[in-house]
Amino acid sequence: MTAAGTAERGGARPSPRRRDVRDRDRGRPVLGRFPLSWRLVGYAAVLGLGLLYLLPFVLQLVTGFKTDPDAATHPLALLPATPTTAAYQRLLGLSRAADGVPFLRWLGNSALIAVVVTAGRVLFDSMAGYALARLRFRGRTALFGFVVAVMAVPGVALLIPKFLVLNTFGLFDTYTGMILPLLVDAAGIFIMKQFFESVPREVEEAARVDGAGVFRIFWSVVLPMARPALITLTILSFQGSWNEFTHFLVSTQSGQYETLTTGLARFVSGGLGGGTQYPLKLAAALLSTVPVAALFFCFQRYFVNGANAGAVKE
Amino acid sequence: MSIRTIRASGIPRTAAKARTRRAGLRGEGAWGWLFVSPMVLVLGLFLVLPILMALWVSLLHWDGQSNPFSGQADFVGLDNYRSLLTQEGLDRTLFATSLRNNAYYVLLTVPLQTLLALGLALIVNQRLLRGRGALRTTFFFPSVTSSIAVSTVFLFLFQGSGAVNSLLSWIGVKGPNWFADPRGVLSVILGGLGIVDPERPTGMLADHSAMGLSWFEWLSGPSVAMCTLILLAVWTTSGSFMLIFLAALQNVPRELEESAAMEGVNRRQLLWHVTLPALRPVLFLVLTLGLISTWQVFDQVYVMGQGTPGNTTLTPAFLSYSAGFDNADFGQGSAIAFILLALILVLTAFQRWALRERGVRTGRNR
Repeated sequence: MTAAGTAERGGARPSPRRRDVRDRDRGRPVLGRFPLSWRLVGYAAVLGLGLLYLLPFVLQLVTGFKTDPDAATHPLALLPATPTTAAYQRLLGLSRAADGVPFLRWLGNSALIAVVVTAGRVLFDSMAGYALARLRFRGRTALFGFVVAVMAVPGVALLIPKFLVLNTFGLFDTYTGMILPLLVDAAGIFIMKQFFESVPREVEEAARVDGAGVFRIFWSVVLPMARPALITLTILSFQGSWNEFTHFLVSTQSGQYETLTTGLARFVSGGLGGGTQYPLKLAAALLSTVPVAALFFCFQRYFVNGANAGAVKE
Repeated sequence: MSIRTIRASGIPRTAAKARTRRAGLRGEGAWGWLFVSPMVLVLGLFLVLPILMALWVSLLHWDGQSNPFSGQADFVGLDNYRSLLTQEGLDRTLFATSLRNNAYYVLLTVPLQTLLALGLALIVNQRLLRGRGALRTTFFFPSVTSSIAVSTVFLFLFQGSGAVNSLLSWIGVKGPNWFADPRGVLSVILGGLGIVDPERPTGMLADHSAMGLSWFEWLSGPSVAMCTLILLAVWTTSGSFMLIFLAALQNVPRELEESAAMEGVNRRQLLWHVTLPALRPVLFLVLTLGLISTWQVFDQVYVMGQGTPGNTTLTPAFLSYSAGFDNADFGQGSAIAFILLALILVLTAFQRWALRERGVRTGRNR
């Protein structure tokens, strides 16, 4: 994340430099710089685009500190007329609780589920990824074909089907029913399998010669080497389970199991009631994005890896 | 389960090496199955089994009360599918409406998000632009937030007297009442030009129909309300597609660009004749990924209208959900889920086949 700071003047012709791929980013451009007037127009356009992506979040932040009438009459004002923390106090249970918005309960559910699902995915996806990459067993190829096929099944077409299974097993409206189906995901297995295939075989062979068993090699030799892939998987799993909506929608119905996504969605989708309680709704939405946003700003590189891993094919 | 010995793989190994490997193969087959057993269990129980169960339920008339596998529910064969696809009636009209809405959503969202993502990637790839990292973060951030939270923000922005309409009023445009406006955009435009009368369509458009919807309804375009969903989708997905393009741009060989520069091409020619052709496979990938994901739009529909106004934001995914959970007609819901599943699997199969044909190597993680 470096800003390109090579502000050399002129130089319309490329100079031969070290041909290093890493160097691309810092190298001078192939063609010279734009003329000044173009550059000004370009910067203005880019700034405008950036604002388009930022402004909704800025307005969300500001509106959370407005009173209801203020939010309704001055939706664009970047400063609250009479700043108030009422919305946040209600959400965090410091003042009279907001009706139908048991925010702390949502938060607790989301946190519990995200932590358990993340731990499960990191363990089970790594195990499956390692077996598919390195262990020889009957049916391995078929099993991998199965994982690839499963990746194509759209979750949204499984709303009713998933409910049928949970209902049949008596898991509807239970934490088990919310967590269990999310414990393994095909994309994570894919990421881990690709990583384990890139580990040189010699490492494992050496451990084998020393007499280590399969589990020992996996746990003490290969897994510690997989740190970057494990971090990517951890972050993607957390983000995925924290933002999950449809699965919780069809696996629960009582209020005690509402998460930040299902609770907020039910609260917000209450028809076209116009500008009612927007500070409260936006504050709730903001608080529900804080953990993932914090992760994003600290570990952006891994999010980028994840976004591109999704595009890498078998 | 027998223990597997070495299978002849493509790489010839020396006998000595094979012996050391075989020495380490104690129980490898059993370990392998042990390692994949959690995966097999979870994917089997919650991916394969649901599909089989739903296949059965889609042949029933079941209200979600009794046990559908005990024979108490009515077996109706293909009736659920018939009422969706061939039989005249409300079911078919609703399903056709949801297909129309989703088709317009796809037709607008996919090209827009792809073009925008490509544009953003080209901008962020400019080596002399200051603050590229911050820009990349800004463009990508909407993609990582929860769809529900972002939909909440958009509900606020697009209210009748909300931020978007305030902005529009500055430039003298009176914005529509976004979420309450069921008028099709195309019909509004054509009505404005005086070509058709949106209130009373006549002639061919009104006389002919397909699947219970008149031609006029098919061709009236996405409703104003649907346009907000399209804008939301473009805004939230362009960042992650930008990253895919960016990875590909980083992989364009520098020598290629430099030799083109030696030839004395200008910037536009370089983009058109060198950069874009190098991106063609990735462009195809992004287009098909977009095509697959836009047929699954659900979260935004749930938050931003649940089908209102006038069923113009109804999509097959949401219709499947509401048939089951709102109308207690799980047979119908399962049947819709299946039709949607088939549609998306066809698209996915096409993508995989086409990409294999071209032998694409997409951007690896940097």
